[in-house]
Amino acid sequence: MTARTDRQPAPAAASDGTTADTFPRLLRALAGERPDSVAMQEKLYGIWQPITWSEYAERVADFAHGLAELGVERGEVVAVIGDNRPEWLIAELATQSIGAAVVGIYPTSIGEEIVHILSDARVRVVIAEDQEQVDKIIRLKDDVSNVHTVVYYDPHGLEQYRQPYLRAFTEIEESGRAWGARHPGWLDERVTTGSAADIAVICTTSGTTSRPKLAELSHRNLLAMSEHLQQVDPLTPRDRYVSFLPFAWIGEQMIAVACGLSEGFTISFPEDSSTQRANLREIGPDVMFSPPRIWESMLSDVQVRIGESDRLKRSVFAWGYRVGDRYAEHRVRGARPGLWLRLTHRLADAVALRPVRDHLGLTRLKRGYTGGAPLGPDVFRFFHAIGVNLKQIYGQTEICGIAVTHTDTDVRFHTVGTPLPGTELRIAEDGEILLRSASVFRGYHRNPEATSETVDGHGWLHTGDAGYLDDGHLVVIDRAKDVRRTADGQLFSTAFVENKVKFSQFVEEAVMFGGESGADVTAMITIDPATTGAWAEQQHLSYTTYTDLAGKPAVYELIASAVARANEDLPESTRIRRFVLLHKQLDPDDDEITRTRKVRRGVIGERYAEIIAALERGDTEVTVVNTITYQDGTVAERETPLRVYSMSEFTGEDVAGTTAAWGDLR
Amino acid sequence: MITRSYRYPLNSSRLVPGRPLLEISGLGLRFGGVTALDDVSLTVNQGHVHAVIGPNGAGKSSLLNCISGLYRPREGSIVLHTAGGGAHRLTRGKPHRIARLGVARSFQNIELFRHLTVLENLMLGRHIHMRHRLLPSLAWFGPARRQETAHRELVEEVIDLLQIQAVRHKPVGALAYGFQKRVELGRALCMQPALLLLDEPMAGMNAEEKEDTARFVLDANELAGVTVVLIEHDMNVVMDISDRVSVLDFGKLIADGEPAEVSRDPDVAKAYLGEEVGR
Repeated sequence: MTARTDRQPAPAAASDGTTADTFPRLLRALAGERPDSVAMQEKLYGIWQPITWSEYAERVADFAHGLAELGVERGEVVAVIGDNRPEWLIAELATQSIGAAVVGIYPTSIGEEIVHILSDARVRVVIAEDQEQVDKIIRLKDDVSNVHTVVYYDPHGLEQYRQPYLRAFTEIEESGRAWGARHPGWLDERVTTGSAADIAVICTTSGTTSRPKLAELSHRNLLAMSEHLQQVDPLTPRDRYVSFLPFAWIGEQMIAVACGLSEGFTISFPEDSSTQRANLREIGPDVMFSPPRIWESMLSDVQVRIGESDRLKRSVFAWGYRVGDRYAEHRVRGARPGLWLRLTHRLADAVALRPVRDHLGLTRLKRGYTGGAPLGPDVFRFFHAIGVNLKQIYGQTEICGIAVTHTDTDVRFHTVGTPLPGTELRIAEDGEILLRSASVFRGYHRNPEATSETVDGHGWLHTGDAGYLDDGHLVVIDRAKDVRRTADGQLFSTAFVENKVKFSQFVEEAVMFGGESGADVTAMITIDPATTGAWAEQQHLSYTTYTDLAGKPAVYELIASAVARANEDLPESTRIRRFVLLHKQLDPDDDEITRTRKVRRGVIGERYAEIIAALERGDTEVTVVNTITYQDGTVAERETPLRVYSMSEFTGEDVAGTTAAWGDLR
Repeated sequence: MITRSYRYPLNSSRLVPGRPLLEISGLGLRFGGVTALDDVSLTVNQGHVHAVIGPNGAGKSSLLNCISGLYRPREGSIVLHTAGGGAHRLTRGKPHRIARLGVARSFQNIELFRHLTVLENLMLGRHIHMRHRLLPSLAWFGPARRQETAHRELVEEVIDLLQIQAVRHKPVGALAYGFQKRVELGRALCMQPALLLLDEPMAGMNAEEKEDTARFVLDANELAGVTVVLIEHDMNVVMDISDRVSVLDFGKLIADGEPAEVSRDPDVAKAYLGEEVGR
């Protein structure tokens, strides 16, 4: 068995079992205190199906017994791959009840990524959601010989599978129930003797730089984070939360599991990935934590809708938005707006702002958080103007996802806020952000070298991000190696420039190059096929494929106008001079972006070296050769010429008509 | 507790898989001087996906229309077998009687109620199973209400199977073509058929939509065990998903067998596949 040697002995204080300082003990306490309130609900067959705390605890006990029967031991790691369902959490809590840890794998992960996690963590039992996930594991089975059991919870399509290592979730629960009857008191003892210092969850780091590392987070780490966060932003048991982002992501573990169990609020799971937004609106969550792409897609949804509406509605919204924006300027500083503004804001809220919030399902939202990547200040401002209290979170997987955030009365769009209580923040001499708190992780799984590079002897976490303090607020510039210095000595961040461009609804991703030692700033941009496609239709511009659309001169003009708008807000030395529209979208399957949709600069730099060089030289065209492997194994090479658009060609004509609808909204 | 496995069987035929479910013998149909079907005999076995292929005007849709009772054949017989040795002659049956025996179908041109929602259209598929009495139905109480709830449960399982949760309450007319086709398949499944007749379910679809639809047809067949008779033009789809293929040409059955066998048949090559087979 793979018992861990570096595990710390359980502290004596926790062994009496009275303090609820681990997730299983919290669950036990909640099931005792309010057995009949709803712990989670899932929309299934068109109805929200509730699971009470006592049912939850019972299913966790059954599954834990089942896992014990399968031979899962203390200190072992169990993997879960699948969309968010109650079974995910049941499996997680069951694993933790035994004293083992859970590692989540993104449901979109494929091949090598899965093998890497399963073999690094020496996983023997995998919980896979459905046929799709089971198929992946079956295909990889030879590479992960440690895995002896695969448990699935959605049986559809798996009836004919005859692999001896496949087991149904309900089957494990049933045999676990029988096993539990033969071993009374066993689990209770396990839960009682579990230590808050045990690993609860292993989260994969986002891996923009290298292969994802496995970060070990203990119960104590996660619960300290929850406690500190709630000192700033208290949550209550009556709060509603919709869980639709992968549990493999620290952000979802942070709110749904750590905060969810420490407060005991209800977690709702949407029916299907296609119904997320509709379900979000049905529930009307009180709290939300999403990466920027979710907020950005909400914004572009509103932009498109406003653009499509008639003149009257557009002007009412534009007026309401201006009022909301002025009102928000006061509120985010904690100041009370004047009487006239309060009155007009009330009207603006009723006719223009509330309907938009309602449409997005954010009417009840007390706090929205964004984290994981920088969010453009413009997007920020939009949400505050429509009355959504959106706050930045800064943190890393290694510090349970959060260390710094805005307080309700002091939101500044260019900062990430102030450190949470119990968190120390220091800027190293080279500008790196250092953090220290009880939430700093135990270390990387089976990788002490990497751990010692990240956490120093004094417990400081080296974030690898460059930043500075501005009046007590932390400003994160970027990953230390993505921070550049312009010819005139100014520090700037690639992400800042990219986010300016990404404010346009037509831009999906932007990657900028150059800017250092006098080199021109250039960018590689991918268009958003949905919005750009819709725009092309309106313009009666016919196109066949994504590549075709991205190559249209009119689309180049459209993006050029977006770049020009972004340039207006940028200092002279960091303005984008040239750009290329890439012939394809960036794809996590091609390793170009991570599963959480962060750009992997290293991969982009290698793969598109020719484009980057051409951008730097200022060529007018560059030809990319891409190799296509068809499903039948034949390989073809295709050449795609890409145009390099120089911003000096831009005439300033507003092709998209965005200024008309949006010019005064920024 | 939530059960993820479906509770309602969608296949109402209790025959042992592999046994003959539908036997067609000597079927003949004529429209004036045109012979639509000429002495067609074939057997559809329980649990199979049985494809009927052939060039335009070969009589494929006519064959389906004979089975579902929309056309009266001039000669021959169509027999639907049931578990326990029972047999029903469909040749002289009225369409609604045949539907009650469990023969469900979809049409080449979508035949849905465009102004009703997806859910309402699917509930209509349950119509043959509903036992209404006027008063309780009007007042919506007691048995009528319980009955509707039970039927709704089955309909929701079909919605889950076909992954159309997001459009559940949308009017069918507002949906994309691919979705409408899926709803039509769903309505047929809601009847809990003994035999499912699909008339070109993938016509007019792009490759991706075809793949999806093929998946759903296979799901209905593999997960729910429903026997499917399928008319289709796309040879790749036919070869991939069917257990047996019958080829019609000018109303005559020119080949009948496993997909690989049929694609090697020189008559089929001549009539329909052309040079494709020699590749």
